[in-house]
Amino acid sequence: MKKILEVKHLIVSPLSSPRKYLVNDISFDLYPGRTTCIVGESGSGKSLTALSITKLLSQQLKQEGQIFFKGKNISSLSNDDIRPLRGKSIAMIFQEPMTSLNPVLTIGDQIKEALKVHFDFDKKLLDQKVASLLNDVGISSERISSYPDELSGGQRQRVMIAMSISCEPSILIADEPTTALDVTVQAQIIKLLQQLKKEMRMTMLFITHDFGLVEDIADDVIVMYQGKIVEKGSVLAVLKTPRHPYTKALLQCVPDAKGIKKLKSIKYENLDRELVF
Amino acid sequence: MATFRKSDAVLEARNLNKTYMQSSGFFVKKHKTIQALNNVSLTIKKGQTLAVVGESGSGKSTLARCLLQLQPIDSGSVLFKGKNLATLSAKELKSVRRDIQMVFQDPYASINPRMRIKEIIEEGLMIHELGTTSERDKKVRSMIKKVGLSEADLVKYPHQFSGGQRQRIGIARVLIMEPQIVICDEPVSALDVSIQAQILLLLKELQKEFHLSYLFISHDLRVVRHIADEVVVMHQGKIVEQGTIKKVYEKPKENYTKELLNAIPGGRFKFKLN
Repeated sequence: MKKILEVKHLIVSPLSSPRKYLVNDISFDLYPGRTTCIVGESGSGKSLTALSITKLLSQQLKQEGQIFFKGKNISSLSNDDIRPLRGKSIAMIFQEPMTSLNPVLTIGDQIKEALKVHFDFDKKLLDQKVASLLNDVGISSERISSYPDELSGGQRQRVMIAMSISCEPSILIADEPTTALDVTVQAQIIKLLQQLKKEMRMTMLFITHDFGLVEDIADDVIVMYQGKIVEKGSVLAVLKTPRHPYTKALLQCVPDAKGIKKLKSIKYENLDRELVF
Repeated sequence: MATFRKSDAVLEARNLNKTYMQSSGFFVKKHKTIQALNNVSLTIKKGQTLAVVGESGSGKSTLARCLLQLQPIDSGSVLFKGKNLATLSAKELKSVRRDIQMVFQDPYASINPRMRIKEIIEEGLMIHELGTTSERDKKVRSMIKKVGLSEADLVKYPHQFSGGQRQRIGIARVLIMEPQIVICDEPVSALDVSIQAQILLLLKELQKEFHLSYLFISHDLRVVRHIADEVVVMHQGKIVEQGTIKKVYEKPKENYTKELLNAIPGGRFKFKLN
């Protein structure tokens, strides 16, 4: 299958201590129409990996390695040259919908923003487009002039999704989009993302620490630990027959809904001995 | 499950009601009454874990605060070993507070950053004027080891610890009081899954050793399944269903419970994972 995104030898390190690798030489590919989940604990480098793809890292961090989008090297592009890609070809959804939305603009205005940057629509067409986007994500179009604080957490995340799909991106990167939400709302949002992904034939890169979600939505899984990819493969292979000791240990920590699994905590001392990078 | 006897109960809540006024609007105030607890009754049994599950806004944290008398209740009563907490004098209430302790959700916000670990763990003993300096010192040293940290950690400050380690400090601080009941308000929801497993195992181990009763508040039904004996499902201030874990998880009666259980992620593959 043709790759839609290739990440090659990505390294992220702070400018102040260039030998401390936060993301340590990782490579992976995304294939069109598939959902790839990156799992790992906090500090494993999963969010930095996501941000590196569209060069959204903080100024304090240095990014090395190559990233190819549809065969074109986008890691060497300047900030101005990569802007047309952001949102239009590769869109992102973040964890905390309240902090990613602007509290002083109506949600309609915020959804229009991305459309105005990338397309030359007139006002009437813009309004129509926004109404249909809100409709797609399950929010009544009457809420077009609501402010973010008038919406619940789940509705805000729906607005974020409307913004991210507004330009019909080929890749959607979702960084823990449901972590801040209640479990029933989470289920709704996941269902919505799955449905939109299918309708719009998007490729999804989904970052999470929840193995339950991974099981439900992933086609491929990447497991990260201390800035490295320790295991990658199809979801069934990684979950059913994990090869790496860290993946095995991490899966032992995950409580299951049936309560049959015996929880075990990770023995990091043993693990570090076993890990050969 | 043993048959229920009155003597099994260490803490009982009877028909608790609590309302809040919510104001909105900047120039013109609008007031709305929110029923945070609506006729809530439950029993915590000796040596057992009762879980309270519900989504945000369901009233589960309000319940914890009302049980501890940290917030006044509108009506109803809380009985600790048959004594009504509302009728106790301030002095008596203070001694009951020793027996009912609380572990909080956010290990970053719930311990004082300016105190050394030793002072944090010892503080409760000081407040209740328990033991001599050397007795307290001995207790603190043994407790820090119980929660999996070392004596060398006692001179450190909270910022030198990770989230999971801080939660261990929070647990040590609580257990040194030799409580009978520990109310855990989302104790693992801020932690990574690997650390979460450590803390859950630690809580279970300590429960056995000290015959503790837990009230375990959580929104994560997978975690609850692993730690609780019985479960109470709350929705909009009301208890919609309660019973043993097995009964509620395997044969839920109420639609809301079914909805919650169906929303648990995972379960796409039928095999037993790992």
